Amino acid sequence: MSDIASKVKAIIVDKLGVDESEVTVEASFTNDLGADSLDTVELIMEFEKEFDLAIPDDQAEKISTVGEAIAHIEANKK
Amino acid sequence: MEFKRVVITGLGTVNPLGNSVQEYWEGLKNGVSGAARITRMDSDLHKTQFACELKNFDPTVYVEKKEVRKHDPYTLYAFASSQQAIDDSGLDLETLDKDRAGVIWGAGIGGLQTFYEEVRAYDLSRPKFNPYFIPKMIANIAGGLLSIRYGFRGPNFTTVSACASASHAMIEAFNYIRMGKADLFITGGSEAAINEAGLCGFNSMRALSTRNDDPATASRPFDKDRDGFVMGEGSAALIFEEYEHAKARGAKIYAEFVGGGMSADAYHMTAPDPEGKGASLVMKWALEDAGIKAEDIDYINVHGTSTPLGDIAEPKAIQACFGDHAYKLSISSTKSMTGHLLGAAGAIEGIASILALQNGIIPPTINHFTDDPEIDPKLDFTFNVAKERQIKYALSNTFGFGGHNASVIFKKY
Repeated sequence: MSDIASKVKAIIVDKLGVDESEVTVEASFTNDLGADSLDTVELIMEFEKEFDLAIPDDQAEKISTVGEAIAHIEANKK
Repeated sequence: MEFKRVVITGLGTVNPLGNSVQEYWEGLKNGVSGAARITRMDSDLHKTQFACELKNFDPTVYVEKKEVRKHDPYTLYAFASSQQAIDDSGLDLETLDKDRAGVIWGAGIGGLQTFYEEVRAYDLSRPKFNPYFIPKMIANIAGGLLSIRYGFRGPNFTTVSACASASHAMIEAFNYIRMGKADLFITGGSEAAINEAGLCGFNSMRALSTRNDDPATASRPFDKDRDGFVMGEGSAALIFEEYEHAKARGAKIYAEFVGGGMSADAYHMTAPDPEGKGASLVMKWALEDAGIKAEDIDYINVHGTSTPLGDIAEPKAIQACFGDHAYKLSISSTKSMTGHLLGAAGAIEGIASILALQNGIIPPTINHFTDDPEIDPKLDFTFNVAKERQIKYALSNTFGFGGHNASVIFKKY
């Protein structure tokens, strides 16, 4: 697992209070991990802070799974 | 319109004297101080370094661990006291008509901790604010979330009148039930302002005691050497229920709520009217609302915050309203033990009044060392030691910044 992936998963475990084993690449924040719309916004903000990048709303809306988050961050990290 | 009667059928609290009604009453009876050096933040640099914090409060008793971070402490405290009150009431939530059950809650400030933390966090997340900032912080969210927890679809709003908030909430709950618009309410209040914003904010106003070398004696209402109030935190919840509704289900009845008064000082942003005109008026309205005479009252749980000005104005107001009967009253400020719970004060002091009625024991005003020559020594403030006295009517005063006054009257059942 890449460094980015492990950090992303750690943030999700912390914010959503889920078990690490549930945070698979395919897991959807809302359907699988119990996040509501506010949690999702908060997660995006945590990713921005952790990886020092800005995720505009139109792109954030397309990030609904753990894998999509990791892919977006890997592609956009400075 | 013929008014319906309103009784109290459930109680719950988390406050500086304990995390249950029983622990609270033990503390009140025995004159225990809830004050100590602040534990949750480093207060070395602060003018005031102590407060009446909750002790060993565990929110996960009341909400799932992963839900805790979504709520400001003031809401977590509300969850705790309300769950206790609902359990205590013996209500069957399956059969209850939830369209006629509501929540009228009191909060003086609301999510101050959240406000403080998230405004600071914004410096790092600019231009985005945490999405939970608004819903966690707003002063009405505790009441809203209580309705969700219990499915109560009846009237639901929050009263905000600083330290009178919970009393206003109780009066409104009383009004809706007696007018026949609801069967029952969770009412009361919660506050969680012991953080840097709250402590330093009140400190700058010179409202707080700075007796850092002896926190336990810092809240000393009506003592000559009082030097300000001591911050408290926590929550109290009361189940207000229409009398016939309570009787029909065989509910345990603690006391009857018989009247409430509201007034304003119309004087100053934070200082009380020195003659206590608004305070005298609010007690008069409460008596009138209850349909009783001044002579019927046996006990007053006073606002008595241990501030230099307030503790002079309130006895004057009592004497203006009660005349010679003032000398026959038992009076006490339980803030000497709990500190000042701000928007929740009316609720925990309501419970203190109810337990005094029920047990025939007047809780004391602790920490009395020296009489204040500006306060009539013939008034009985129940200094230092609780007193046995069978009483029928208890009145509880709350006064808030902005000059908001609310008084409530409970009757022994």
